[in-house]
Amino acid sequence: MKREIISLQDVTFTYATDDSNVRPALNNVSYTIYESQWVAIVGHNGSGKSTLARLMNGLLFPQTGTVRVFGETLNEQNLWETRSQMGMVFQNPDNQFVGATVQDDVAFALENNGIPFEEMVERVEASLAKVNMSEFMNSEPHHLSGGQKQRVAIAGAIALKPKILLLDEATSMLDPQGREEVLATVRQLKEETDLTVISITHDLEEALLADRVIMMNQGEKYVEGTPEEIFQKGQELVDLGLDLPFAMNISRLLRAQGIPLVADHMSEEELVNDLWTSHFNK
Amino acid sequence: MLEKMIFGRYIPGDSFIHRLDARAKLIFVFLFIAIVFIANNWITYGVLVVFTFLIIRMSKIRLYFLINGLKPVVILIIFTFLLHLIFTREGDVIYHWKFITIYEEGLRQGIFISIRFFVLVILTSILTLTTTPISITDALETLLNPLKKWKLPVHELALMMSISLRFIPTLMDETDKIMKAQMARGSDMTTGSLKERMNAIVPLLIPLFVSAFKRAEDLATAMEVRGYKGGEGRTRYRKLEWELRDTITMFSLVVLAGVLVFLRQ
Repeated sequence: MKREIISLQDVTFTYATDDSNVRPALNNVSYTIYESQWVAIVGHNGSGKSTLARLMNGLLFPQTGTVRVFGETLNEQNLWETRSQMGMVFQNPDNQFVGATVQDDVAFALENNGIPFEEMVERVEASLAKVNMSEFMNSEPHHLSGGQKQRVAIAGAIALKPKILLLDEATSMLDPQGREEVLATVRQLKEETDLTVISITHDLEEALLADRVIMMNQGEKYVEGTPEEIFQKGQELVDLGLDLPFAMNISRLLRAQGIPLVADHMSEEELVNDLWTSHFNK
Repeated sequence: MLEKMIFGRYIPGDSFIHRLDARAKLIFVFLFIAIVFIANNWITYGVLVVFTFLIIRMSKIRLYFLINGLKPVVILIIFTFLLHLIFTREGDVIYHWKFITIYEEGLRQGIFISIRFFVLVILTSILTLTTTPISITDALETLLNPLKKWKLPVHELALMMSISLRFIPTLMDETDKIMKAQMARGSDMTTGSLKERMNAIVPLLIPLFVSAFKRAEDLATAMEVRGYKGGEGRTRYRKLEWELRDTITMFSLVVLAGVLVFLRQ
């Protein structure tokens, strides 16, 4: 049995506004994330998924319910300790770059946590090596591409050797190439260490990489399961305003044209395999 | 236009001057400003000029580049030179034409002030040309550190400065983008009267401000998540190291001051 690392119980959160009949951003949400898992939280805009990210690292506190991180209820006292164990990467690559150069930015969290100088130098080098950005150590942010900036942000997040890496729409502002770079980096990190990855995204392709998917809709947990289980729902996902992965869309269209496929395939490889073997099955 | 500006630009290099501790360079420039005022005759000003050229040589910045970049200041220097030339009324008359009378003392003062000006501008430019903005910020922070006792928020000021410097290129890009977007919508920013052009800037500034605030908010969140809680208990990644060469540089300044005091009238 794997150890629980983050758990939300009956969490309700409403943003403070003057409007009294505003819908809560989150309504009675409960889930548990276990160690070393890759969990994707998906949902369209306004489904409450970004609010979840802010609740998990104490930027916001729920009105009712509890958020437990590392077995302890998150509160003002253990907030900073928790944050040092949780690296976070945000959506906009420019707005989270604090340092004047790549290495300064990676060192920022280390400086904040009072890591001694000698160790800091080692960790900055190691973190940059892990995201393949060592050669850009002295570059300034405006000379980097979006994907490179996000990789620096990941290096900055993992420099503190956190147990959790939280990606809040980290790839949504990148071009396809930058997105691929970032996802490859996260996948590689996941293999090398026993990092728990939580990626919040509206991109179902990204969700495919996860071990488990939690789907949010209108501030409530809609469904939870493995990517296979989730994508079985096909049309339901489309109705919720999510884009199906490319291979899946093609499968559905092919089947609609009467081509006998075994199932709706999630990955391109499965689809291609099914297509080129389909004649043998007759 | 911005390309030609030399102030606040950093030119990467590996000269003796580049490798000096930023604190040494800052103190050096401040003390030098004071020392310049010791000079009061031809020999002492000559010493200053030689000293300055020595530093230019050591910084390995091309003289042509330096002079070219200082053109806007040269106009100012010529202006002060002329002021002194015309308005000082001491010593023998050396030239007289209609209402303009030039005295010997005026010429002398004009040349001296120009040299003083020139030497100061060259040295401060060399400081910024050979030191990264981030090192200057760091140096300022450490040098001003004692003022913390009087509740001066030194760390916060330094952080503000480095973040502002970091965001200049980002906001420049943004301005460029907004400008193009507005031009694509038919906004005309390059023609018309001054008033019309001023009005055309408004649709440029408002989106820029809105986005700057959005960025500031995002940045604050990102900093908080990465454990920023003020200067307390923070370690520093950038280490300034005072080495022998820095002490030697300081010593050269003492020698210069000594020579000037000895040679002045």
